[in-house]
Amino acid sequence: MVSQLINANPVVYEKKERRSRCAPSDVDEVISLTFSQHLRDIKDPEHPYSLEELKVITEDAIEVDDQRSYVRVTFTPTVEHCSMATIIGLSLRVKLMRSLPPRFKVDIRVAPGTHATEAAVNKQLNDKERVAAALENPGLVDMVDECLAPSYA
Amino acid sequence: MAIKSDYVKYIETYVDSSSTQSQQAASVNEVASLVKKDLLTLETLVREMQMYLTTTDSIIRARGVLFLGELLMLLISKPLEDTVLHSLAGFFSDRLADWKALRGALVGCLALIRREADVGTVSSADAKSILQSYMQNLQVQSMGQHDRKLCFQLLEGLMSRYPGEVVPLGETVLFGVCAAIDGEKDPQCLVLSFHITKILGGLFLDSSGPLADIADELFELIGCYFPIHFTHPKSEDVEVKKEELSRELMMAFASTPLFEPFSMPLLLEKLSSSLPSAKIESFRYLSYCIPKYGAARVEKYAEVIWSSLKEVLYISPSTSLVEPDPTGGMGFQDSEMTTQALILLQEVVQIDNGPFLSKIICDEDINTFLNGLTQFQNFSDIALEGKQKLHAISRILSFATKSSVSFCNKLFEKFFPQIMSVLGLSVEDSSKPYIPSSQVSFGAVYLCTELLDACRLLVLDMGKSIPLGDFADEQWCCVLQSSCISLYNLYASVLEASTADSTSNACVYSGVKGLQILAMFPEGFLPASKSYEDILQMLILIFTSNFDKTFLWNSILSALCEIGLFISGSHELEKTAIFERIVLYNMTSLLGSDDHDFPSDLNLQAIAKIGMIGQNFSLNLLQGLDKIIFAKLPEVYVSGNEKSIGLIVKLLHCYSSELLPRINEAGSSEEVLVSFAANIWDIIGSSVVSNFDYQETELLGATMATMKNIVGKCSVRSQEIVIKKAVGLISSSNISPWMAATSDTTMLQPDQLNERYCYESFSYRDKWITSIFASVMVPLRPQTQIPSIRSILQFFVTTLHFGHVPSAYALGSLVNKLPLKTRTPEECSLEEALGIIFSNSIWNFCCNIDAKEGSADANGGIDINSLKLCTPSSLIVQVHAIVGLAWIGKGLLMRGHEAIKIVTIALMRCLLVDGNFDVEMLKDVGVDGKEHALVTLMRSAADAFQVLMSESEVCLNKKYHATVRPLYKQRFFNTVLPILLSSVQKTDSQTVRSMLYRAFAHVVSDAPFGAIMGEAQKLLPVLLDCLSVLSKDTANSDRVYDVLLVLSGILTDKNGREAVTENAHIISKQLISLVSYSHMMVIRVTAIQCLVAMSELPHVRIYPFRPQVLPAITKALDDPKRIVRQEAVKCRQAWLVLLSLCSSFKVLLKL
Repeated sequence: MVSQLINANPVVYEKKERRSRCAPSDVDEVISLTFSQHLRDIKDPEHPYSLEELKVITEDAIEVDDQRSYVRVTFTPTVEHCSMATIIGLSLRVKLMRSLPPRFKVDIRVAPGTHATEAAVNKQLNDKERVAAALENPGLVDMVDECLAPSYA
Repeated sequence: MAIKSDYVKYIETYVDSSSTQSQQAASVNEVASLVKKDLLTLETLVREMQMYLTTTDSIIRARGVLFLGELLMLLISKPLEDTVLHSLAGFFSDRLADWKALRGALVGCLALIRREADVGTVSSADAKSILQSYMQNLQVQSMGQHDRKLCFQLLEGLMSRYPGEVVPLGETVLFGVCAAIDGEKDPQCLVLSFHITKILGGLFLDSSGPLADIADELFELIGCYFPIHFTHPKSEDVEVKKEELSRELMMAFASTPLFEPFSMPLLLEKLSSSLPSAKIESFRYLSYCIPKYGAARVEKYAEVIWSSLKEVLYISPSTSLVEPDPTGGMGFQDSEMTTQALILLQEVVQIDNGPFLSKIICDEDINTFLNGLTQFQNFSDIALEGKQKLHAISRILSFATKSSVSFCNKLFEKFFPQIMSVLGLSVEDSSKPYIPSSQVSFGAVYLCTELLDACRLLVLDMGKSIPLGDFADEQWCCVLQSSCISLYNLYASVLEASTADSTSNACVYSGVKGLQILAMFPEGFLPASKSYEDILQMLILIFTSNFDKTFLWNSILSALCEIGLFISGSHELEKTAIFERIVLYNMTSLLGSDDHDFPSDLNLQAIAKIGMIGQNFSLNLLQGLDKIIFAKLPEVYVSGNEKSIGLIVKLLHCYSSELLPRINEAGSSEEVLVSFAANIWDIIGSSVVSNFDYQETELLGATMATMKNIVGKCSVRSQEIVIKKAVGLISSSNISPWMAATSDTTMLQPDQLNERYCYESFSYRDKWITSIFASVMVPLRPQTQIPSIRSILQFFVTTLHFGHVPSAYALGSLVNKLPLKTRTPEECSLEEALGIIFSNSIWNFCCNIDAKEGSADANGGIDINSLKLCTPSSLIVQVHAIVGLAWIGKGLLMRGHEAIKIVTIALMRCLLVDGNFDVEMLKDVGVDGKEHALVTLMRSAADAFQVLMSESEVCLNKKYHATVRPLYKQRFFNTVLPILLSSVQKTDSQTVRSMLYRAFAHVVSDAPFGAIMGEAQKLLPVLLDCLSVLSKDTANSDRVYDVLLVLSGILTDKNGREAVTENAHIISKQLISLVSYSHMMVIRVTAIQCLVAMSELPHVRIYPFRPQVLPAITKALDDPKRIVRQEAVKCRQAWLVLLSLCSSFKVLLKL
């Protein structure tokens, strides 16, 4: 853990009500529930709150196109200079890689204008080589796993 | 006598500080058992230990003394002589001074003090010397936690067992205790020290005695713990709960009135604390302490207590609003604080004799509120705050009312007239006719209802101790009695008004509840018993005419139930009679008449609910239904009126499944039931209708179920009556030849049978008779005598032949209950019955074996060959025969009869028929037809195993008096399993194998889990093979699921680990194929969950399967069903973390 928190006092929002588990239709709409199923419970790297509670990601910020197998997640770091943005992005990517069928192309970006080094972060998150390299780093992987742990419960 | 070297060895082990703790404990146990067996006396032992007990090496001395102490602890129930005890007591009380060897001395003293009278106790002089030594030598607070605990235990023991020695020591003890508990922090020790304080309070009662002088000091020591609050909530002392500690402290507070000057100010001060938990605690303590301290001491606090109660209850109430309130009240729910405050209010009012009551009565706020009661006119217009105030006032007044007569008097003197005048009623003159004003004040009605309820509770409470007449002339009673008529009028008009238009639920609630309360005063308390009748009349009238207003309807129904419950509990005969006459009669008679629009569904619902109150009511209702059913049934049977069928089916359902279960078996109800059954037979007997167009089966089903339940409730004698009636009817009917032809039927060839008779040729009347007769046979008791049992058996075998399934139930039940040995010639033993059944041509026609061989042979056994079902001459008959065989087999299996073997073998033969049966019999069908016929036959044989293993609702269960041998399923499982397994191995036909597995699936899925686990090793490969075979056919998906559940049970069970690990390879292979099973979602989900369970196996075993499992799971991520995808994510994660992290991500990225 860093000795000083980057955002010491985040605003915590209420959780949304969960949708019921059983969909009445015969075939569930494929991945439109990505958010409620997979992403909302990811923990913030700094605080014991979920990304949903901190409004880092919302349901509206996720675009899914099942036909074209494409997912785009836009997230909003809590503060502009947040150095955790890459970790959050990496967690989102890893979680989606583990949860979605391999046919999906995942695109993760920081919401425009919410981060100081927006372009750099976006580039880093969507570079396959750099993501793979990051995941070779045991320290980083530990951190990501810690964030993802609650979302498997 | 034990050899010296023996026990010396143990002592040495114990004293030796290098030996382990368990060795030490074991050595004490060994010596204790020697002493217990009288192989060693304590004197000898002590003499032997002299060196250890007196040495100057303090460590060894401490161990030696501790050894002796622990030994005594173990010998606590061993009788010892007084001299021994005396010398031991002397020794240990001396040792208390030896601080280096203190632990042993404490344990020893404790062991001596705790002895029971029958094994010899320490004399009081010795106890006194221990106590003195304790007070002189021990500095409790300077010791460690465990020693302190021992000290407190010792002190507690001395005080509770030797109070006579403690009191004379007076101040010494008190000061000692104060010093001991001063500053204690350990929860366990605190519980003990609170307990000691409580005992002290009980010992020193004298108000000018030593405790009085020291009370302030002692209270200061314990008072500082209030309120109990753990600063370290997760300390290791989990065994002491906060509640326990708090209770002990509360009892210590209340132990003596001498604490009052100190505790009351403290508690009252904490009432104004900002911490809710502290407030709640204070209320609890006050409610407990005030009755103990007595009215005189508490009087001076009346003002403070009342103001703080008012603060909590009225000024800033912490009630939470529940919307919508299902009961229709105000919709407030009391918080914990309010509840505790109300309890305190009750306690104070109960012991008080004036000052506190007048505080309430003269309270300005309450008076102002009541003066302004008129403003609470309309429920919907009252603001939330107003509602809260109204609720609070009603709570305060009603709690105070129900706990004290004197308050009740004051209330009726001061407040009641006030409320009544708001309502436009006069207390003095109730004869004045009540003219409902245009709008009654809701607030006043509500308050009035709540107060009335409180009065009722008070009356009931007092009625327990003193006769009713003795307090009936109290002032409040007179007021209440004189105003009861006007109250009745008031509520009646409120209720009238609420039917008119859409009034709020709260008004309805008040109106109904008011009437309910008036009806529920004990007999003779209220003058007008007429009003009780009026109330019921009124309720019933509104009840039947306002069925479309759900809330009103439901609240009246529950009010009626409450009234019924009350009067049946209070044994008031007159009122019960009135209730039956008005409520019950109206309920049932409405069903019978056609000229009303009260829906029968609602009516039956109400009947079912009222029937739940008590036996006598449900019996009464039964009789009512009885009348209607028999008024309607002839319309159907005799004149063929089909309109009433739907109603009758509902009535029968209500009769048999709502009311009948409420009736106890033994009782006056017997006659009613028997006459019902007899009536049914009469009506069917007189039936002339030849044809029903529709709903017939529904009616028949309902009649059969009712008959079954009725006969099941009857005693042996009544059952015999019913059977006699039935047999009589049958013998007079067209089907009597069937019964008579006992000996002939065996000779009849099936083809002839088919030509001459068939079930279709039965008239409707005969079909009904057969079916209902079969359902009479199902619930018979084993002791019941059945006339002409042989013909009956024969009859059912024949009808079974036609595919009449109830006959199979009847046969199964009869076989289950027939006696093994006969007493009279009319009776039929089980052997004989089996002979009759199995000799029938249905089982062996077209076989080469003579039917005669099939009958019971000389040994009482039955020739197995006689049950050859292998010839598919008439496929339908074969299938029917198998169904019958299954139920007969179930009857045999449940009673544990060995004939089940024959049935099993016969079924197995059907399962194993292969191509080489007599093709002649199928000459008129093609190859496909033959194949199809075979499969049908085998499938029904396989499904017969389901009948055998599963629990049945329709027959052969406890309700229908079946003989059930314990563990019958387990036994059958163990016998049939090897047979099935070996057959599977032998066969090479795919169809046969699949059918065998179907049977296997039935057996395994219904078998007790314990039995399966016992065979897990052997079963696993078969289960997996079974899965792979069954999953090929979509029709088997239910079976696949059952077997998969069994497999998942084995996977998750700890004992199955070994077997699973060994078979891990095939298990994972099979599960992977089931993950993509497309016909049933639950199978996919369960398979994935099983894979998760597998991921917990040792890594070495499962690591090799990873390349197969991961792609399969990845595919499941794209499953059309969300639940499957969700499980797949979890499963994938579980398998991924198996691998070392880095490589796992490489795998992941490659996928």
